[in-house]
Amino acid sequence: MRSVATAEEDLIARLKAGDEEAFRDLLARHHDHLLHFARTFVKSPATAEEVVQETWLAVLKGLDAFEGRSSLKSWIYAIVANRARTRAVRDGRTLLFSEMSNQGDDDALAVDPSRFNASGYWDQPPRPWDDLSPERLAASSQIRSRLATALEELPETQRAVVVLRDVEGCSSDEACNILGISETNQRVLLHRGRSRLRRLLEPLMGTGRSER
Amino acid sequence: MNTTMLVCREVTELVTDYVEGRLTRWDRLRFQLHIGMCRHCREYLRQMKTTQHLLGAMPPQPPPPDVEAELLRRFKDWKRA
Repeated sequence: MRSVATAEEDLIARLKAGDEEAFRDLLARHHDHLLHFARTFVKSPATAEEVVQETWLAVLKGLDAFEGRSSLKSWIYAIVANRARTRAVRDGRTLLFSEMSNQGDDDALAVDPSRFNASGYWDQPPRPWDDLSPERLAASSQIRSRLATALEELPETQRAVVVLRDVEGCSSDEACNILGISETNQRVLLHRGRSRLRRLLEPLMGTGRSER
Repeated sequence: MNTTMLVCREVTELVTDYVEGRLTRWDRLRFQLHIGMCRHCREYLRQMKTTQHLLGAMPPQPPPPDVEAELLRRFKDWKRA
């Protein structure tokens, strides 16, 4: 198996050589996730779409000079974050990053507190999820579409971190650099985002269905 | 150093710090001790990891055909330029 770094170098070389298939792959891999991410900063889907298209054009403009000091993915996300921020300021909408982890405080607990008894032990424990591999689960269209909707329902700042870390597989350092936030802040947002997504998936995943 | 045992509610709040390797050695031990004894929290940890893996396995969605066609056209122009 080729290493990730070599595969990325190959991809960059193919892009620079004008390989259309390589660009098509890159679009397919990131376009939709970039849209989710851009929505962190700009409200309307149409504006997010514009920002992402501008990002792709900026990628083309900068590609020849791209030296691979960061990963390609991380570079593309830094571009979209800058463009979306600029656009948000122009539209009079700014997201205060210092307040990022305070967003959605009304729902800040990982699990509904009524599921624990007074001593803090489970009163209504999680029901086991169907024992399917992540790949098979991801292939289920019902779960896939619920996950996409759930991602849309996350508070914006949590969505930004979850998209970077879990959907795109960025490291914690990459996510902090792209968003300009501290590691602690990033971890709080990741925790709230993942916890909320688990909660939203719970009704679909219990073994209650298979036992019926 | 907090020497009390963790309760389930605390475990559900520490789970990301645990997965990210950000707990102190002592808290990691307290976390593992609890997980070792509590099957509900083991299930909870497993569900959090499954959620994370599902997100990573979301299939790529190509852009709408008109957007893709326009971007590919720009790509060809860029190469010619």
